[in-house]
Amino acid sequence: MSETLRRLKLTRGYQVFRAGVWDENPVFRQVLGICSTLAVTNLLTNTVVMCAGLIFVLAFSNVTVSALRAHVPRRIRMIVQVLIIAAYVIVVKILLDAYLPEVSEQLGAYVGLIITNCIIMGRAEGFAASNPVGPSLVDGVACGVGYSIVLIAIAFVRELTGQGTLFGAQVLGGWWPAWTIMVMPPGAFFVLAAVIWLARRHAGSDEPAGKN
Amino acid sequence: MEIQNILVIFFAAAFTENILLARFLGMCSFLAVSRQVKTAVGLGTAVVFVLAFTAVLNVYVHRLLVHFELEYLRYVAFIIVIAAFVQFVEIVIERFSPVLYYALGIFLPLITVNCAVLGVSLFMLNKGGPGGYGPLEAFAYGAGSGVGWMLAIIAMAGIREKMERSRVPRGLEGPGIALIIAGIMALAFIGLAGVLQPA
Repeated sequence: MSETLRRLKLTRGYQVFRAGVWDENPVFRQVLGICSTLAVTNLLTNTVVMCAGLIFVLAFSNVTVSALRAHVPRRIRMIVQVLIIAAYVIVVKILLDAYLPEVSEQLGAYVGLIITNCIIMGRAEGFAASNPVGPSLVDGVACGVGYSIVLIAIAFVRELTGQGTLFGAQVLGGWWPAWTIMVMPPGAFFVLAAVIWLARRHAGSDEPAGKN
Repeated sequence: MEIQNILVIFFAAAFTENILLARFLGMCSFLAVSRQVKTAVGLGTAVVFVLAFTAVLNVYVHRLLVHFELEYLRYVAFIIVIAAFVQFVEIVIERFSPVLYYALGIFLPLITVNCAVLGVSLFMLNKGGPGGYGPLEAFAYGAGSGVGWMLAIIAMAGIREKMERSRVPRGLEGPGIALIIAGIMALAFIGLAGVLQPA
């Protein structure tokens, strides 16, 4: 068992996955894509839907960018990447409208804003544009998962403390004074700062001092 | 009445519904480019300019899409308009004002992926009466959002310049402390919520 595990740890797939989820976690390592991190995390349900959409777009846009990487001239590659991403976001939007109209309504413009989520552009440009299809798929899923873990953790704290509910169901009783501030914008900033602080303290900040 | 409404849209976008502190858009460049007031002013100016004009352009693009019943293509259409506009502005500025080009040049490509730009065009669709904002209202909304974003990034850069010598706990340095400052700024902006209600 441990032998298989050790061998698994040596594969490219594992290393790419680990990098995406932890070592290069988009949110607390690279501080990318935090616009939607902050905007949708006041309710868990919305956050989970948003994360699913993001993983979908990230994985497929990585695969597509990777598959086309030899055919796209360098000068126009950015616009091609944006168009690929936009196409997948449209798919997500149409699916949401069809199957989860209420959530789609609440997320509103933020679904469209997945297009400009820096993580997706960052992975397309930084990984998929120079790697084969397989690892790009793993990288896309891994970064999406790493992003989702942080988002769901933040949403958990914000919804629980802000409204005393989880997924809309009452968890904390009437004795809990709802911290309204937590579901409002400042709460998002404070919780994200706390997450970054904890993660960096735990992992030991390996960034050179003074770097942004 | 008309002009008053335009002003209300402008100030509401800049203050009560600050695109950065209340809508969380444009965070990435906000955190990355807020270390010096000078660069913050440069990027802020470019964002105001691009936001105001892409909002107007996208009003027309959206009307065109509605006319042909192609509304689901709006994401692609908007992002193309934004990218093309930014590219166009870059070429024009380079040709006519090299000084401005060197001041804004490096920031312009960044703006294409600044979510605030796409965000304004998308939020705009849910505002105003039936048919959404007209070109003038869109201009006020775009410019107001840009000014709000610029105010926030300049304030942040000013605070971060002062904080250069402060002792910040390890792990909270850089983005961590910037987010806490942004949170406090957002608290201040909540005080303005509801003051202005655009018709």
